[in-house]
Formats: sequence, structure tokens, C-alpha cells
Amino acid sequence: MIKRKNVLSETLRMIILLFLVSFLAFVLIVKSPIDPLVSYVGTESTLSQEAKEEIAEYWGLNDPLPERFATWLKNIIHGDMGTSITYKKPVAEVIKTRFAYSVVLMMLAWALSGILGFIVGIICGIRQGGIFDRGIKLFCLTVKSAPTFWLGLMFLVIFAVQLGLFPIGMAVPMGKLASQVTIWDRLYHLILPVITLTIANISEIVLYTRQRVVEIINSDFILYAKARGENRRQLVVRHVLRNVILPAITLQFSSFSELFGGMALAENVFAYPGIGTATTAAALNGDAPLLLGIALISAIFVFSGNLIANILYGVCDPRIRESEAK
Amino acid sequence: MNENILKIEDLVVAFSMYKSGSFKKENLEVIHSLSLDVNAGEIVAVVGSSGSGKSILASAVLGLLPKNAVTKGSITYKGEPITKERQKDLFGKEIAFIPQSVDYLDPLMKVGKQVKGVFGTDERRKELFEKYRLDESAAGKYPFQLSGGMARRVLITGAVMGNPDLIIADEPTPGLDLEMAKETLDHLRSFADSGAAVLLITHDIDLALNVADRVAVFYAGTIVEVAPTADFLAGKDALRHPYSKAFIDALPQNDFKPIPGTQPYAGNLPKGCLFSDRCPYKDSACDADQPEREIRSGKVRCVHAS
Repeated sequence: MIKRKNVLSETLRMIILLFLVSFLAFVLIVKSPIDPLVSYVGTESTLSQEAKEEIAEYWGLNDPLPERFATWLKNIIHGDMGTSITYKKPVAEVIKTRFAYSVVLMMLAWALSGILGFIVGIICGIRQGGIFDRGIKLFCLTVKSAPTFWLGLMFLVIFAVQLGLFPIGMAVPMGKLASQVTIWDRLYHLILPVITLTIANISEIVLYTRQRVVEIINSDFILYAKARGENRRQLVVRHVLRNVILPAITLQFSSFSELFGGMALAENVFAYPGIGTATTAAALNGDAPLLLGIALISAIFVFSGNLIANILYGVCDPRIRESEAK
Repeated sequence: MNENILKIEDLVVAFSMYKSGSFKKENLEVIHSLSLDVNAGEIVAVVGSSGSGKSILASAVLGLLPKNAVTKGSITYKGEPITKERQKDLFGKEIAFIPQSVDYLDPLMKVGKQVKGVFGTDERRKELFEKYRLDESAAGKYPFQLSGGMARRVLITGAVMGNPDLIIADEPTPGLDLEMAKETLDHLRSFADSGAAVLLITHDIDLALNVADRVAVFYAGTIVEVAPTADFLAGKDALRHPYSKAFIDALPQNDFKPIPGTQPYAGNLPKGCLFSDRCPYKDSACDADQPEREIRSGKVRCVHAS
């Protein structure tokens, strides 16, 4: 279905994007006040000035910027992302373990907000102007204007502190051995962050679906279907769902970037050991290799979301499929 | 006379909307005291200029008016009003609608499934495709893949799926070349000949005269005259209403003579007879409401008509 030309051009776009993202991130970090030497040896180091200069020379810190970037790029292509200063481990390993936590959180929130948002959006669209619709619209606009970390704090205050229903943070209970942690412990700790992230991401899909449904309901083909005796249920099942589901799925995939941003904030509020908290830690410690690695990985993640959205559109909408085949 | 199928009496349709610059709602009346009947076996053409509100008439019969519409008067089908409950039994079965264009089909649903609708069967669909010279492969196509003529035939097959007794066709011919327009009208004619009632709404008087049994002249939201097609063909002297006469005079094949002024818009109508501000025969009697009068087997809303 997807032609080879498209795959090629998408791959090329991905490479260009990754190159630009990493270059920009590299320049930003080099130009920032972080001194990689100081962050490595620590501020209270007893190293002599000569020794420091020797290390700087050895690391290539005095080389011109393009040369340093080229060195880093060469290592990346060979699979060496460097060593994280914060965690004293290879960057690739840190990202792998951290990402596993974040992916669970993000995918749960993504699926939940997608399914729930779609259903709520359809109901709102069909009952446009009703009490349910107005209430949901108000809720969505409020949530959309509220920052994710504030939402997270509110949930913590209400559900964890006052009602005591959920743990205050982390991914596993404190003081338990890793071998004793059960899957239920993990799920229990996931609930509040997932709810927060779901609520933070749901408004877009609800409002979008609602708007599309309203448009569809006012379109000529619904009039025609009504004139042919289709009842409300048939109208929704046969025409509304068919016309709204693809754009909604596409939107959900292209919302990966916002999901990622929201996740970073939510993780910090809940002290959840995912990629978001790692980013903050890396930034605070001047951990350049880890920051660059995360920038790369998040770019790939967001790009894949958009890529899937593009492909889905082409595969599923007969009109676009046709025009691409030509 | 054949059995009466559709009868519209003193239909008034108004849209309730906000007055510009204020929060007060007002009713904008777009159809005024419109009466029309269609019998089994005949085609009645409603002819009027574009934008005069003809399509609202079709929407009113099919229960498709938007929520802010207010209606008065009565619409009966086979002697009984079309209620919400009755709509369920009639639409898609006894009453069928042929829309203007392929835009009325769901862009993402295959044509065959749409023609079948919710009441049809595959056998009947295949049979109809054969009858209307549609290739079986068309059933697997999406509406945007159809040519103009194919789309037209698809809409017709959709309408006759349930063997209707009343067919409402809203501008079924624009954008078609003469041959295809003719073909469409021939189909309408054959429905009528097999006993169905056809309400044809169009702005094309020539086509209407070609196929209809009776012609209703639509002006500024009402029907000013209903007359047998023969009267229109005979020329303006056989007609009753001054607007119909002027209409005939304005045709290219006749004098090609326009009358001054423009059709009044809803919300800005003259008192009494809606044509009075352009009528050469206007006098004080025209300011009163114009009831429908029956003259020489036609109906007219004009006190001076003879």
C-alpha cells in the first residue's frame, strides 16, 4: 500500500530531523554555562590546574565546535552514547531502563485518553448544546488551560494526601526489596500519574471529535440518510463513526509530542523514575551526554507518532489512497 | 382523478433567528401559505428561480428542516399527516428522495452499501443496477470515484430501492448534459407512469415542461399558480397569474423580455400579494391576503386572475 518512494522520503526526513535536533541540542549545551569538566570532577575537586587542562585537552574540549560535534556524531553512529555523569552508567542503559517506566505510563494514558475522549466526544457532538455537552466542554477548556504539574499536584493533594487512597509518589513502595515488589505494587503506583496524564491529554481529542461530529451531523449526507429512514442509532453507527474515527486516531498519534511534554512534568510531580525525571536530573547536574541522548530518543518517539499518523491517513481514507496511487 | 398522494395546505415555514445587533429572536418567514397537491401517476414540477426557497419545501416534507424552523399548515401523505412515528414507516420505503448531487452520499461508504440503505437487500440492488445500466463494479466504488452520470443513476437506484409511492426530486439535473438530464427525466416519467407520484423541484422550466403533467410556479416563498403543462406550452394567454405570464415572456424562445425589479427576499416582503411591487396590474385589492382560487382547472393566488 505504502509506496517505496514514500518510505524512502520519510526515512530521509527522519535522518535530517535527527541530525538537526542533535545539532541544535549540542550547540545549546556547549553554549550553556555548564562546564563539563567541573560537572565531572565536582566543584570540590583537588585537581591541579594543569591536570584539568590536560583532561580538557584529552576530551577535546578546546577543539572547535564542528569538530566536537563530528566526534560525538561518530560515536553515536557506532552506538556509543557516552556515559551519564548523574547515574555513572552508559547513557544507552539509563535511557533503556528509564524509558521502560515512561512507556508504560505514556501508553496507558495515551490509550485511555484516546478511547475515553473519543467516546465522550461523540456523545457531546450528538447532543450538542445539551447539559452534558456544555459541562464537558467547560471541563475540557479548564483542563486544557491548566498546567499538567498543577493538575498532578491537585490530584496528589486530594487523592493521596487527604483521602489517602494512593501513594504520594515513586513507582514502587519505599523500603521494599526489588525482588519483593509485585506487579500490583507497580500498578497501584501508576494509577495517579496515569489519571493525571490522561486528563491532561483528553481535552484535545474530546473537543476535536465533538467538533467533527457536529460537522458531520450537519452535512448533506446525514440529511439524505435521514430522508431514507435511518434512525439515530443507524446514523451514528453507519455514518458518524465511519467519518470521525480515522481523523481521531490520526490526531491521537500526532499528539505524541504533547504527551511527552506532559509526561515529563507529571513524572516530576509524582517522583516517578521515568525519562522525565531523568531529564530534570540530567539538566540539574550538567549531564550533557544524557541530555543529548534523551533529546535524540524523544525526537525519534515524536517522529514515529507523526509518521504513523501520516501512514494511517494514506492507508485508510480511500480518497487519499487513490490520489497517492496516481 | 387519481388517488391523492401528497397534499400540502397553507404551509408556512419560518426560521427563528436573532435579529442583527440585538438579543431578540424573530421569525423569518421563508415559505408563506403554500398549497400544493400531487396525485398518483403524475409529475408535478415546482419551478422557481434559484434561491427562492424551493428546496425548503422538500425539506419540510421530508422532515429535514433545521431545529430552529417553525412550521404551520399541514402536510399529508395519503390523507394522513406525516408524524414522527409515521416517518419511520414511510421514509426510505414509501417516500423516496432524490438529492441534488453526489455530495449527499457518505464519502467514506461504498456505493453499493449506500444504495442498499437500511431497508434494502442485495438482490434488489443488483436487479436495480442492471435496470439502470450500472456496472456491478460500481457497487464497490466510493462516491468520489463516480462520474456525473453514474452518480445520478446511483441516486435514482437508491430512491427506488423501496418501491416508493412518492418520489421527491430536488434539482436532479444541474451539471448534467442534455442527454443525461433527459435520461433522468425519462426515469421520473416512467415512475409516474407506473403509478408513483413525483414532486420535481427545479429551476429549469424547459425540462419541467418536457416531462411534468402540472407545473407550479414558485415565487418569493409561495406557489402563485398551479396549471396543467399544456397551458404553459400554449403561451401566456392560457396562464392566470401575472408572474407566470411575465415568466413565459422572459424565456429566450419567446420575447426574452425581463420584468423590472427583483424577487423580494424573506423578511422584506410586500404586503398582501407578494408580486404586487412588480405587477403591472396592481391596485388596492392587491394589499389584501391572496387566497387560492380555482380558475379553469388551475389554481392561482391573484384577485385579478381570470
